[in-house]
This record gives sequence, structure tokens and C-alpha cells, in this order.
Amino acid sequence: MNPFIEIITQPDNIAIVIMIVMVTFFTIWGFQQAFQNDKLKASGYAVDGELDQDVDTFKPLVRIELIISLVVVLFLSIWSIAVDAPLEEIANPTITPNPAKAPWYFLGLQELLVYFDPWLAGVVLPTLIVVGLMAIPYIDINPKGNGYYTFAERKYAVIIFAFGFFILWLLLIVIGVFDRGPGWLWYWPWEEWDHQRVVFEPTRDLTQVIGIESRSIPGFIIGAIVVIGYYVAGMLLPLRHWRKNNPELLAQLGMIRYNLIMFLFVTMMSVPIKMVLRLVFLVKYVWITPWFNV
Amino acid sequence: MNSLYDKVKKNLIWKSVFRRDYRDTARNRAMAIFGNVFLHLHPVRVRESAVKLRYTWGMGGITFLAFIILTITGVVLMFYYHPTVDLAYLDMKDLEFQAPYGVISRNLHRWAAHFMVIVVMIHMFRVFMTGSYKAPRQFNWGIGVILLVLTFLLSFTGYLLPWDQLGFWAITVGTNMGAATPLIGYQGPFSEFLHITPYNDIRFALLGGAQVGGNALLRSYIWHCIAIPLISVILMFVHFWRVRKDGGISRPQH
Ligand code: HEM
Ligand code: HEM
Repeated sequence: MNPFIEIITQPDNIAIVIMIVMVTFFTIWGFQQAFQNDKLKASGYAVDGELDQDVDTFKPLVRIELIISLVVVLFLSIWSIAVDAPLEEIANPTITPNPAKAPWYFLGLQELLVYFDPWLAGVVLPTLIVVGLMAIPYIDINPKGNGYYTFAERKYAVIIFAFGFFILWLLLIVIGVFDRGPGWLWYWPWEEWDHQRVVFEPTRDLTQVIGIESRSIPGFIIGAIVVIGYYVAGMLLPLRHWRKNNPELLAQLGMIRYNLIMFLFVTMMSVPIKMVLRLVFLVKYVWITPWFNV
Repeated sequence: MNSLYDKVKKNLIWKSVFRRDYRDTARNRAMAIFGNVFLHLHPVRVRESAVKLRYTWGMGGITFLAFIILTITGVVLMFYYHPTVDLAYLDMKDLEFQAPYGVISRNLHRWAAHFMVIVVMIHMFRVFMTGSYKAPRQFNWGIGVILLVLTFLLSFTGYLLPWDQLGFWAITVGTNMGAATPLIGYQGPFSEFLHITPYNDIRFALLGGAQVGGNALLRSYIWHCIAIPLISVILMFVHFWRVRKDGGISRPQH
């Protein structure tokens, strides 16, 4: 059978297909309303919902809830009649399946394991994702765009969130489901999985690129400079830029907020940077220390 | 016909259950909401935009509905399920071949679980796109983030329960990452300073052992069927309460 059909019709992966369809649909619907509101605002009209009056909850809301509930129950019933939940062989600690995949919603994190050591990919980054999400309301001080879809009034917030949500979360999940096979090697959906395949991909550490042993003292120092320098530069350069061009915004933000935003943003961007380093330049570690490797 | 109608409806018992008649009056519409313990989660009157499907997409409500379906099907499954290494997998087979409606109960539970994870992410996306986390709703967004994590954890702990290869190795992969926690995981950085070993680290606490085994199954089961649903329900009611107290569904300031 065509490997793509095989992957896509595995019972659990039907959920991914449903996710892709639903997310696409609601993304289009959301952005379409955002652009529509932006147009209305630009020509001086009220945005969607601004002029609405109060209505009785009974019946409009209760009716729509009833209809949605029936549709959802019907949908889940059809899904459950059509597709049976998988049950593999009984658990056996001596037989490791290859690949051993986490549940699909954690495949983004499992994919990060290619680029980061487990303590970063499995513990530090997820913690920062949760902390970062909870921090959003307190660091986004733009009062506009509260209560209606808009893009123009909060461009940066929407772009950064969309990058995290669609690329770093959903795309990595889709890659984990469809493009990772035995040995966590990359397989296009139309390629057969080959359990014998070995890829000889000699990775090196960053300092080895310029000929310095990464496990030596100079390697350690250069690695530290690169990692710490990345954070310092990432947090100082925008500061200088904003001091010159937008001092009011900076004053409004205050130093605590500014530092938190930039720390989270710089950490977030380290993910795509390490992905490029690993995938394009075959660089594994940037900084090797006796206690941990980055 | 009419006398039958009178007999059914004009007596003490009926009237004690249903406090109002069906006439479509403003008073009755209000009574329908606050006279009913379930419907009175809602305000009696709402802004029209809050009712429109295109604004909320109904996604928070659908997430809650998925959770209710999961609770009902989950309780049904509990009647047939023993959280032991010897029996768990056999119970799955029993569900398949013996128990009445066993297959559909299990299917509904599993697909509703996937569905809940999908819709809660879309709910978060909607709340972000409408800027609904902005003042005065900052705190409720935080509650939401915790609910998101709890949803993942519910699905994750449930995954082990069938005790098949799929769940066993997914949980093994997942909890191995816990072993890499800095300071408190035995493979994590700096753990040697605290004398952490595979037998006293965070992974051991999660699994009740150094490997995924009987204790891990029991812990998963208790987290999955009792502890996390309880915490989730409490937080959901805080979440709903705050939606009301923060002024209802967000809308453009006029
Ligand atoms: C009070 C609520 C719940 C109870 C009492 C409950 C109970 C159970 C029981 C007894 C099982 C084992 C039977 C089986 O594996 O088929 C199970 C499995 C499972 N549960 Fe739940 N559950 C509840 C809520 C949830 C929620 C909210 C989710 C996800 C968001 C979830 C996700 C799962 C998953 C993924 C499985 C594995 C399904 C399988 O393949 O069999 N459960 N649950
Ligand atoms: C188990 C998970 C959850 C349930 C059952 C739930 C349920 C709901 C419901 C029923 C509403 C009413 C409006 C609507 O349907 O959109 C709502 C609103 C809200 N939710 Fe959730 N939610 C959950 C998770 C989340 C998450 C993950 C977030 C964000 C990270 C979040 C943030 C909010 C906020 C800020 C509101 C107010 C929205 C507004 O006023 O427009 N919730 N939630």
C-alpha cells in the first residue's frame, strides 16, 4: 500500500487529519474577520459587534448550544462507529518498537529532542512555554484589539503567537506524525520505511567548525561566549533600537516587562536557529560544559 | 385530550418540578435561565455578539461538552477496568468481545479525548485572536493555560491504561524526559549535587518505580480517573465564574 495512505489511515492519525482540517478552517475564518474589521475601522465604521444590543439568553444562546451539542455528539458517534480505537500487543518491556512515538500532541516536544538535550527539550522549554503563555496578558500592554478580531492593531502580537502556534507547535506535530520513521529518521510520506537504513551524518560541535576542540578549555570559553552573547545581544540590540526610535513604548513597558519579553522571545527564536544549525550545518552542540550541553 | 393535559400538568407533583408554564414572556425567558441550575451558568441577558457563532466559534463550550462526554464514557469504562498489569489488557479484550457496547464506549472515549485536545487548542487560538486575554480577563487566561496543561495530562495518563505496546512506550518515552529534569532527575544537569539516583528522582515519584510497571499503571489510573478530573472540574468552574465576573464574553469597547 502507498505509505502515505497507510500513515493517514492509522486510527490515531485520523485525529491529526481532523485537526489539520479544523485548524485550517478556523484560521481562515479568524483572519478573514480580522481583515474585515481592519477595513471597517480604516474607513471609520464600527467593528463587528460594537453596536450590538443585549438580547435574552433564552432562546438564542440556549438554542445554538443545543444544536452544536447535537452536531458534536453526532460527529463523535459517526467517528466511533466508523473507526475502532487501536489496541496493539500487550505491553512488553523487552520489545522496543521503532520508532517509539509519544502521543501525537507531544510529538512537537519529541521532535525538539533532535535539536536539544532532553533536559532542555523535555523540561525547560515546556516549562517556559507554559510560563510564557501565562505571561502574555501581563506583557502585552497594547490596549487595542480587545473584544474583536483584528490584525492591523496588533501585528507583532499576532505574528509572534502565530509563529509559535502554527510553526513551532502544530507543524512540528505534523512532521512528527508524517515524516519521522525508524530511528527518528526523516521519511517523506511517500517513502517506504526501511528499518535497515542507517544515515551516516557526522555531526560536529560549533567550535569544531573553526577547528577548536569543543571539549577543551578554549572550546568551552568560545561556546559560552556564543550562548551568553546570543542572549545579551538579543536583549540589548532591540533596546538600543527602541531607545532611539520609540522611547515612549519602552517607558510604558518598563524594564521588567521588556526583559521578560525579550528573554522569552530570544529563547523562542533559539528553536528555529538550532534547527537550522542542526539540519543545514550538521552542528550538534554550541556549548559543551562538564554539567550540561547546549 | 385537554383533560389529560390538565391531569398531567395541573397537579402538585408537576408544579413542584416545573415552576413555570411555556408562555413566551420576558419573565418566563428569564425564569428558564435562573430557575435551572445548569442554564444559570449563563446570564439572563447577553450581548448579541456573544451569541453569534462567528465570534466564539463555541469552542470553549465544545471543549466542556467533550469533557462531559469523556466523564460519562470514562465512568462506563471504569466498571469493566482493573488497573493491574495482569488484567488491564485483558479488560480491553473483554470490552471488545464481551461487554455490551464495550467497543463503542471505548471508541467514544478515545476519539472524544483526541477531539478535546484539538478543540481546546482552537479555543485558545480564538481567545488570542480576539484579544480576550486583555484586561480585565488576564487571570482567566492563566486559568485557561492550566486547563490546557491538565487536558494534555489527562490524555497522557489515559494512554497508558490499555496496557498495550503503544501506550507503554509512549509513557516510557514521556517519563524518560522527566529523568532529565535539572537537579531532581537522575540524568539531569546538577543532579549529582543532590545525590539523585534512578531510585529517588522525580521519575521514580511519577512512576512509583524505576520502570513503567504495576505501580505506574495504578498511579496513572488514579491521576486519570480521580485526581486530574477533580482538579479540572474545579478550575473549569472558576473559569466559567470568571467569564461572568469579568463582564461576560469580551466585546469591543464602545
Ligand atoms: C472523569 C473523567 C474520566 C474518567 C472516569 C476516565 C476513565 C478512563 C478509563 C477507565 C480508561 C481505561 C479504559 C480504556 O483505556 O479504554 C480511560 C482511558 C483513556 N482516557 Fe479517560 N477518563 C476520563 C476523562 C478523560 C479525559 C478528559 C481525557 C482526555 C482529554 C481522557 C483520555 C483517555 C485516553 C486517551 C484513554 C485511552 C483510551 C484507550 O485507547 O483505551 N479521559 N479513561
Ligand atoms: C478545559 C479547557 C477549557 C474549557 C472547558 C474552557 C471553557 C470556556 C468557555 C465555555 C468560555 C466561554 C466563551 C467561549 O466559549 O469561548 C471560555 C472563555 C474563555 N477562555 Fe476558556 N476554556 C478552556 C481552556 C482555556 C484555555 C486553554 C485558555 C487560554 C489559554 C482559555 C481562556 C479563556 C478566556 C480568556 C475566556 C474569556 C473569553 C472572552 O471573554 O471572550 N480557556 N472558556
